[in-house]
Amino acid sequence: MTLISERVETTAPVATRRKRDWSVAGRIAALLIAAVFVLGPVLWTLSTSLRPPSESFKLPPAFLPLNPDLASYQQVFKQLNIVGLVLNSALVTGLIAVGQMLTAALAGYAFAHLRFRGRGALFSIVLATMMVPAQVTIVPVFMLIRGVGLSDTLLALIIPAIPTAFGTFLMRQYFLGLPSELAEAAAIDGASPWRTFRSVYAPLAVPGLAIVGILAFNFHWNEFFRPLIMTISEQNFTLPLGLVSLQGNLGTGSISVVLAGVVLSMIPALVVFMFGQRALQDGLTAGTGK
Amino acid sequence: MSTATSTPTGTGKQPGRQATHKHSQPSKRGRVQQRWLPWAFLAPTIVGMGIFTLLPIVASLALAFFRWDIISAPTFVGFDNFAEVVQDPTVRVSFLNTIVFVIVAVALQLGLALGLAIMVQEKLPSWLRVFFRSAFFFPLILSAASVSIFMRYLFNEQFGVVNWLLSLVGVPAVPWLTTPGGSAAVVILVYVWQNFGFSFLLFIGGLASIPVETYEAASIDGATGWRKHFYVTLPLLSPTTLVASVMAIINALQVFDQPYVLTRGGPGDSTRTAVMVIFESAFQRLEFGQASAIGVILTLIIMAITAAQFRLSKRFVFYQ
Repeated sequence: MTLISERVETTAPVATRRKRDWSVAGRIAALLIAAVFVLGPVLWTLSTSLRPPSESFKLPPAFLPLNPDLASYQQVFKQLNIVGLVLNSALVTGLIAVGQMLTAALAGYAFAHLRFRGRGALFSIVLATMMVPAQVTIVPVFMLIRGVGLSDTLLALIIPAIPTAFGTFLMRQYFLGLPSELAEAAAIDGASPWRTFRSVYAPLAVPGLAIVGILAFNFHWNEFFRPLIMTISEQNFTLPLGLVSLQGNLGTGSISVVLAGVVLSMIPALVVFMFGQRALQDGLTAGTGK
Repeated sequence: MSTATSTPTGTGKQPGRQATHKHSQPSKRGRVQQRWLPWAFLAPTIVGMGIFTLLPIVASLALAFFRWDIISAPTFVGFDNFAEVVQDPTVRVSFLNTIVFVIVAVALQLGLALGLAIMVQEKLPSWLRVFFRSAFFFPLILSAASVSIFMRYLFNEQFGVVNWLLSLVGVPAVPWLTTPGGSAAVVILVYVWQNFGFSFLLFIGGLASIPVETYEAASIDGATGWRKHFYVTLPLLSPTTLVASVMAIINALQVFDQPYVLTRGGPGDSTRTAVMVIFESAFQRLEFGQASAIGVILTLIIMAITAAQFRLSKRFVFYQ
């Protein structure tokens, strides 16, 4: 990427160089301070979770855990059915991600490369649903789920989250980027339209599908509002709900135990962040005219 | 029309080539298959959205005119729900809180994001740029519930790190979470902390699309430092700013997780938000009609603000 001011800099008089160096240093300092404010709370969380529970209230706070101690983590496993919560979250998030990838790929392909009556109008409707806040539809969705006897099950979290307007939009954009001549070539070779999709277009769209999957994973792993409404019994809680309940149970208990739970819940998100950062950024800013 | 529907893989851009494309002469069975094929591809999404988005929108609108507690049969009450909701002091305060929250949080979020994006985008070693970009983006991947949990400890009055830091510069302990003003401030700070990275990413994208030549021309004309940003960057960035502000406002209007976990809406009603009263009236008081009415009002507000922004933008947004 070309830096904006690099080129300007080369035409600047030599006399101002030194002044520029200082302004660069100042800018880096300001950015570093901002980064400390952003990363500091997370590092404090990690460090406090590694301190013995008895020391978790200590001030000044030790940002480096000098005597790392996993007692808090053992406590979390005792007080909270962490394994169950992780399994629930993984099941819900995984099935939503796979479901979104499949349905969005199919619908995105249809909107991009198949011709049918009402295509434009239908696509506009799909886009328009993105603007409706989830809170407005939650009451009828809750009643529907209750009506079919799925309330307080994991399916109540999974099924309504699979149809995805944003994923469909993203996959349509992706498929539009693939030439339609591929379909013509496949047709000449005698491939059926379904075969054309499955063997030609779908494999080429894997990077787009990865974006849809990663975004779905990140969003639903962290989701709080819907699980709060849809699940009642603790065995159906997902991680964020379990953590908030842990905080309630402990009351005056040790901070480091609660924070150990928080750290555990962040690990999968962190893994996704490390491997899918580019895809996440692209997905979040997709369709914003960037 | 028949050619259009019978060539599912036809190219939208080159209708003239459909004649050659049809050379394979699909069998009757093939042609029938081709006609329903697009609908087979669309069925999971369309049916799912119909059931879980479109139907609920209509149902929510209808439900706003009924009184219903799930147990007994719903009764039609006309505009009573709306009248009650509009007069309910808690609902009023919550909407007012939400509006104040949106104004302050969005202003902070956009200002911070824009300032940092400009600083990151200017002459910096690329590894530093990557580091800052990842750092500012990082909070977005965390759950708002987890973030609110550890922020509650950071803002604790007696043993929180924030008050300890303030004490170093001689500020007496601030009762962050036990006073109305303090908790409102914490909710805003925590929300902005977690979300400014999104606007930041949008601004980075917008800045990257400004042609270098524009800056060269400006510097030949003698523009330097802040003047350069004021007269070149900001006008050229206005389309990005519009998108970033629309998205930031829509998201902020729906704030729930942070105030719910941080303060449960208190003390008093000081951090109760619009979405929180929807949640409470539906799932705690079982007044589903009133909850729907509040939801309808919130949706109308969101639509009105979005429309107003796009109208205003015609005057202030500068397209290249």
